[in-house]
Amino acid sequence: MSDRAFTHDSFQHYLEEHQLMGARCQNCATLYLPPRPLCPNCYNEQLAWEALSGQGVLAAFTAIHIGPRSMITAGYDRKNPYCSGIVRLAEGPSISAQILGLDVVTPEKNQIGSPLRVIYLERDQGEEKQTILAFEVQ
Amino acid sequence: MANKRLGRGVAVVGAGMSNFGGFPGKSGRDLFVEAFIAMRGSVNKGLDPTDIEAFYLGNYSSDLFEGQGHNAPLLADWVGLTPRPAVRIEDACASSGVALRQGIMAVASGLYDIVLVGGVEKMSDLPIEDVTDALATAGDVLYEIPAGFTFPGFYAAMATAYMDRYGATPDSFMSVGIKNHDNGALNPQAQFGSRIADIMTAKIKKAESKGYPVPTWDSEMAFLHDDRANPMIAWPMRLFDCSPVSDGAAAILLASEEVAHSLTDAPLHIIGSGQASDAALHARPELTTIGAARWAGRQAYAMAGINPADVKVAEVHDCFTLAEIIATEDLGFFAPGEGYIAAEEGLTSLFGPRPINSSGGLKSKGHPVGASGAGQVVEIWKQLHGAAGERQLPGQLDLGLTHNVGGTGQTCVVHIFERR
Repeated sequence: MSDRAFTHDSFQHYLEEHQLMGARCQNCATLYLPPRPLCPNCYNEQLAWEALSGQGVLAAFTAIHIGPRSMITAGYDRKNPYCSGIVRLAEGPSISAQILGLDVVTPEKNQIGSPLRVIYLERDQGEEKQTILAFEVQ
Repeated sequence: MANKRLGRGVAVVGAGMSNFGGFPGKSGRDLFVEAFIAMRGSVNKGLDPTDIEAFYLGNYSSDLFEGQGHNAPLLADWVGLTPRPAVRIEDACASSGVALRQGIMAVASGLYDIVLVGGVEKMSDLPIEDVTDALATAGDVLYEIPAGFTFPGFYAAMATAYMDRYGATPDSFMSVGIKNHDNGALNPQAQFGSRIADIMTAKIKKAESKGYPVPTWDSEMAFLHDDRANPMIAWPMRLFDCSPVSDGAAAILLASEEVAHSLTDAPLHIIGSGQASDAALHARPELTTIGAARWAGRQAYAMAGINPADVKVAEVHDCFTLAEIIATEDLGFFAPGEGYIAAEEGLTSLFGPRPINSSGGLKSKGHPVGASGAGQVVEIWKQLHGAAGERQLPGQLDLGLTHNVGGTGQTCVVHIFERR
């Protein structure tokens, strides 16, 4: 198994390889997404990388009309809103992500509990591109 | 958790605030001096400022908002407190609620008899995009902000979970905004001294005088449903669901119960204090409640030996309208899922059985984030002293509560005050 450190940097490297990776505690078996170097459940320091299926459901969402600068740079604004949400993954953990495929014009039509699957966005950040974790409605 | 108690009794003996609003040309320092002067005026037996032994300042980010770090000693100097220790406390929007708790513990420890607690934020100098980004740093910048979340977005997401679970609608949230504007219109220190109806009338008059098409809203709800009058920020949170960008400061004087009566005839005894922390929003098992608020509330009620029903006046953290509804449930005023019904039915208005945010709350009074927790205490001070003017609540008010949240609920601090 990978010997990458359980850091955000490693998590981001995996995203660039289009892999959604969590960390599982080797003592109490709790699965963490994002990964962590210390299990806050049992305080054990032995964790192992584990690939997630990328399947989940929508727990909460919003259609954002006024975003942070990073989203404005990516082309979103009042005329082109986007959805962010919280995804409950099939394996248990939850994560924040941009959600594609939701109705941004009539957001009341979107359903909490909708099935989602992971996608990897290459987001334009000025000169650079960054791989961003996102989900889309199945 | 054992029922912990303070080492000795501590009381609020004075409280005051600057006006909250947008004040070009005034620095955070200027606003804090105004708050200090107002606080000094409230100490009815007189305060010799040299008796103050330490200073605890709540401030979220003078660094980002004003380009000024290390502001506690600067403010201490501006109100004549140097060389006494001056400490800045940062817990996002709960900074001055937490500073209050630190001040209380310092007096309870026996180290000091009299301490000053303050809160300050000067937000309006930055363009709105920079304010959004500065506030976003109170979220998880590695895992939440890259997902596109903003603070209105976080609370909007909680709102969708709440609507899905309990059947609330965007109108439920709007009812909180209408109520808090009604209250703020009676508070001369509030940022918005006007009801929604007054704002409608002003916009209609302006349209008429300029020869523009005149809007035809027939109710406050019709105005709030109008995308132009009340634009969407993060569905379902619209502009009038969000607290504003604000400048302001507040100051509170604490004293041990041994010396409190040498400063004032009517101290407010701090009988309950609780604080808790929590993970980022996505990592919590439930999105329709703020766990840290429930924890902090339970600690404060247990220390005070009272029940939620005993509280007469409460200032809760309504950074967004949805947040007030959740707060009233987390604090035990209403059962989970019933807070929105209470808001719609007017139970939380000045005339209802459970008045919430008589000051206008953060929504209407204003939300200079690091000053908001201390500002809540100023309202409790006024209400429990019968000094709240037109918005004064009736009856024998003996118990007040403040509930101050940082971030999306990573921090919450609750205090309970008693007038004996």
